[in-house]
Amino acid sequence: MANLHFELVTPEKLVRSDDVYMVVVPGAEGDFGVLAGHAPFMSTIRDAELSIYASEGAEAEVITVQGGFAEVNEKGLTVLAEAVS
Amino acid sequence: MASLKELKDRIGSVKSTQKITKAKKMVAAAKLRRAQMAAEAARPYANEMAKVMASLAGKVTVDENSPKLLAGTGKDQVHLLVVATSDRGLCGAFNANIVKEARVKAEKLIKDGKTVLFYMVGRKGIPVIKRIYPDQISKHFDTTEAKTPGFEEAKAIAEDLTAMVEEGKFDVAHLFFSKFKSALVQEPTAQQIIPVALDTSGDEASGASTEYEPDEEEILTELLPRNLTTQIFGALLENMASEQGASMTAMDNATRNAGDLIDNLTIIYNRSRQAAITTELIEIIAGAEAL
Repeated sequence: MANLHFELVTPEKLVRSDDVYMVVVPGAEGDFGVLAGHAPFMSTIRDAELSIYASEGAEAEVITVQGGFAEVNEKGLTVLAEAVS
Repeated sequence: MASLKELKDRIGSVKSTQKITKAKKMVAAAKLRRAQMAAEAARPYANEMAKVMASLAGKVTVDENSPKLLAGTGKDQVHLLVVATSDRGLCGAFNANIVKEARVKAEKLIKDGKTVLFYMVGRKGIPVIKRIYPDQISKHFDTTEAKTPGFEEAKAIAEDLTAMVEEGKFDVAHLFFSKFKSALVQEPTAQQIIPVALDTSGDEASGASTEYEPDEEEILTELLPRNLTTQIFGALLENMASEQGASMTAMDNATRNAGDLIDNLTIIYNRSRQAAITTELIEIIAGAEAL
């Protein structure tokens, strides 16, 4: 299966832009995982941890994001966050 | 003609001025690179935000319950001009250009019978605006404390503006700043920030099936202040880069002018020195002949 194109952007810079297997996003109404081919979706996010799985079964890379929202469209997943750490 | 000593002092003074302008030019060049990188790094976020805003706003119907940042106050009487200038001088016509742009707009609005208020960001624009419109500065946002304008400042300004529009202190806000084109060209720009000016022309219908969580309006309410912040942040960064660019160009010119001045003065100095020597020689020879 094709990989999911994932972008993590803050006002200061483009933090991540690469193809990954899955991203688990801390949505305002609950966490959701995004795989390639996800239906168009948009949600605000909580201040919490975002997990990136580079490949199937791989160890999750965790980034803490603050304030923002996530958008899934046919091109992939874009997370706009005010701050990351 | 000035005496030799006067000329010498003059050359010395121009030289030390040149040293200052040269140093300032170098500093500006170094800062420019950083400011430019910061401005470019902020673009993906701003673009993304604009795209999302456009697609969202197309789906929400505007009524009197809509957030004021989107729909405005329903009136068009009081205009707030947010003028972003720098805190330091020595950057050529940079601040003057921004203020001029704002003035043109203000004149036009006043002619149309509107009330104009100013919200100043940065120190350098204030004296001019104060002179022309003494009682119309509603607030000055101090950026002298911050070394580089960051997201925090942008957020504070955005919150300020939001509070003001909620209280009904103004109806429409315009943002004035200088867009960075290159080190040589900076373009003073006006941008309407409240209510949001949306570019719906590029709105494609493909997002029609998108699901929202929570619903569109809640996301939009959340997004509007953020969008405002982003716009202001972008403007501040552009301004910063423009300031350094303008400063670099101005200081380069000043350094060159100082160089020309020194050359000219040196020629005059040498000429007078030679003239003095010649006169002295003639006097000695004439004295010797007279004996």
